[in-house]
Amino acid sequence: MSAILPLTVRGATLRRRGATLVGPVDLDIAGEGVTIVMGPNGAGKTSLLRLLHGLARPAAGRIDWACPPADALAAQAFVFQTPVVLRRNVRDNIAYPLILRGALKSEARRRAEGWAERVGLGEAVDRAAADLSGGEKQKLALARALIREPQLLFLDEPTANLDGRSMREIETILARTLAEGTRIMMATHNIGQARRLASEVIFLYRGRVHERNRAGAFFAGPETPEAQAFIKGDIVE
Amino acid sequence: MTRMLACLTALMLAAGAAAADEMRMAVTTSFHNSGLAEILLPEIKADLGLDVHILVVGTGQALRLGRAGDVDAILVHSRAAEETFVAEGYGTHRREIMYNDFVLVGPGDDPAGVAGAGGIADALARVAGARAVFVSRGDDSGTHRRELSLWQIAGIDPQAADPAWYRAAGAGMGATLNVAAGMGAYVLSDRASWLNFGNRDGLAVLFQGDPALFNQYAYLPVDPARHAHVRHDLAVQLETWLVSDKAQAMIGAYEIGGERLFVPNATADGVPKEG
Amino acid sequence: MGEIWQGLAAAFWLLVGFDADLVEITLRSLQVTLTAVVIACALAMPLGTWLAIQRFRFRRHVIALLNALMGLPPVVVGLVVYLMLSRSGPFGALNILFTPTAMIVAQVIIVTPLVASITHQAMRELWTEYHDLLISMGASKRQRMATLIWDARRALLTAALAGFGRAIGEVGAVMIVGGNIDHVSRILTTAIALETSKGNFALALGLGFVLIALAIAVNFAVHGLGRTEREGRW
Repeated sequence: MSAILPLTVRGATLRRRGATLVGPVDLDIAGEGVTIVMGPNGAGKTSLLRLLHGLARPAAGRIDWACPPADALAAQAFVFQTPVVLRRNVRDNIAYPLILRGALKSEARRRAEGWAERVGLGEAVDRAAADLSGGEKQKLALARALIREPQLLFLDEPTANLDGRSMREIETILARTLAEGTRIMMATHNIGQARRLASEVIFLYRGRVHERNRAGAFFAGPETPEAQAFIKGDIVE
Repeated sequence: MTRMLACLTALMLAAGAAAADEMRMAVTTSFHNSGLAEILLPEIKADLGLDVHILVVGTGQALRLGRAGDVDAILVHSRAAEETFVAEGYGTHRREIMYNDFVLVGPGDDPAGVAGAGGIADALARVAGARAVFVSRGDDSGTHRRELSLWQIAGIDPQAADPAWYRAAGAGMGATLNVAAGMGAYVLSDRASWLNFGNRDGLAVLFQGDPALFNQYAYLPVDPARHAHVRHDLAVQLETWLVSDKAQAMIGAYEIGGERLFVPNATADGVPKEG
Repeated sequence: MGEIWQGLAAAFWLLVGFDADLVEITLRSLQVTLTAVVIACALAMPLGTWLAIQRFRFRRHVIALLNALMGLPPVVVGLVVYLMLSRSGPFGALNILFTPTAMIVAQVIIVTPLVASITHQAMRELWTEYHDLLISMGASKRQRMATLIWDARRALLTAALAGFGRAIGEVGAVMIVGGNIDHVSRILTTAIALETSKGNFALALGLGFVLIALAIAVNFAVHGLGRTEREGRW
């Protein structure tokens, strides 16, 4: 599969009902590591990720991958804040993306079981996915995303609704994924999580990229007052 | 997926394929209600190897089916309509087969006093005069048309009648009898339907015997000149059988509860005996 | 009231005695209705699903029309189908009037909007839930529809059973296009209508109870096969 990065974004804007949710945004995404997208609620984090991934069409601007759009989509994966599970068992859920690509059922199921093990759902492969807890569902969603071996993985506040233990388990999986070379772009409003995972930070404020910096530099001292206030834990309007 | 659809279509069409010796005949509900068909059909099958598919509909619908060419022959009891049917070229001819009669049925206590009437016209006049509830078929059937002609003889216009006593049911004979039973009303019925009717609920035959109540059944093959596809050959076969001595004897011998129902009156040459 | 008991008794004796005519019309009822429901589902379920996921200009109007068609009076459908299939009509040469085939055609027309409507409603909700996920996974339109149909299978089963219920009790259309011909196109509902018109209420009721028993039996069988209500959730 050809490389999808670098991603070049120029003037991308997402609007709904006349209001601008995010944009215009100029970005270049390349290289390795974890890009954390941070910002107060309503800043446009979710909108930005959906825009980049292609879940929403830009009202203006360009989003250019290094390869044709269809190939680009196949090399990405997205984990939503609230996990969506199909009405099947765990194994078939994880195997689903492979089936879509035309893999043999038996082969897809075998690989799905492998991934289930890796995320700690090995015992649960035969259970109905809907019966899982929130944390387990999110791990399923991760496995289902990673089985596609994406070059770029988007996550939209994946642990926002989860307990501490689930959060840690998921962060562990993400660390491993990163180590295997997957580029990660993740939205979070959990500052501690951002500190733990980020290679770089994009701070969004009112739909615009307000600040962007390497993680170390950003957390040592953000440049803009809004980012500073956010890091401190103040309310940013 | 396509294979499954093809199989389904084949199944469907198989369900509809016609066999060699089958014909369709529309008959009136009153004829069917007599039960005579159940006696005749097996004999027809045995003698002619012919499966007659009977559609039981009102006279109006039978004529309509004949005009459309959806049946091969009709058996109805409405002379004027039949003659029009032939005159307009839809039927080759009409052949009289048998007749039965209509009876005036009503509540046992006979509030209009029709039992003592001199004739059917008088009886109906008494019903109208007493404003006793009368239920009509109201469905353009042979029975309905006969009823209307009798009202005409009695000099009464049922269309102008007060719906408080003249009720048009718009239904077949059995359903109309049900309505009459439910209301304790007068109703004109063919004798066969009455004899077979299970739900009498206090109704009884109060007037009968007037020649104006005689009910002639005729057989009309649909004209192949109009509809080339009709099984005219089979229709002719059936007609020959119906006027044969054997069939006529069977018709005459048919009884319900010990009462004879039909008088066979087919003539050899098909020319009806007047009178 | 007495006649209802008589009807129950009549039904009992009919069933116990395996009356040949009764078996024949019952099987024909099943043949006509099941065939019609299968065909209607094959048409309606993809249609309802497609309507849920495809955006196009007059979509809302089409959906409204589909819902309205659920209320099509069966007897009107029967009349129109008769006029189409009559020898004097456009499709007379097919020669299927007054046969079970014509009855199947009429019932397909009656049942399809119902199944499509229920399918569409179920799919709308499911699509809202699956929308982002399936797009993210790059599923083709065909794959999206297949996934929705499989995942909504319980709701679709309900839709099919609703269609079955509508068809098995239908009498107006099948009477007109089938002709209620003995040994050819007579089914339970048309037989009931005939016996009622003859005043044979007990027999008509008996047949009615047989019809009800048949509908219940089919529903039980379907639920049993589908193992619904036995598993935890799905």
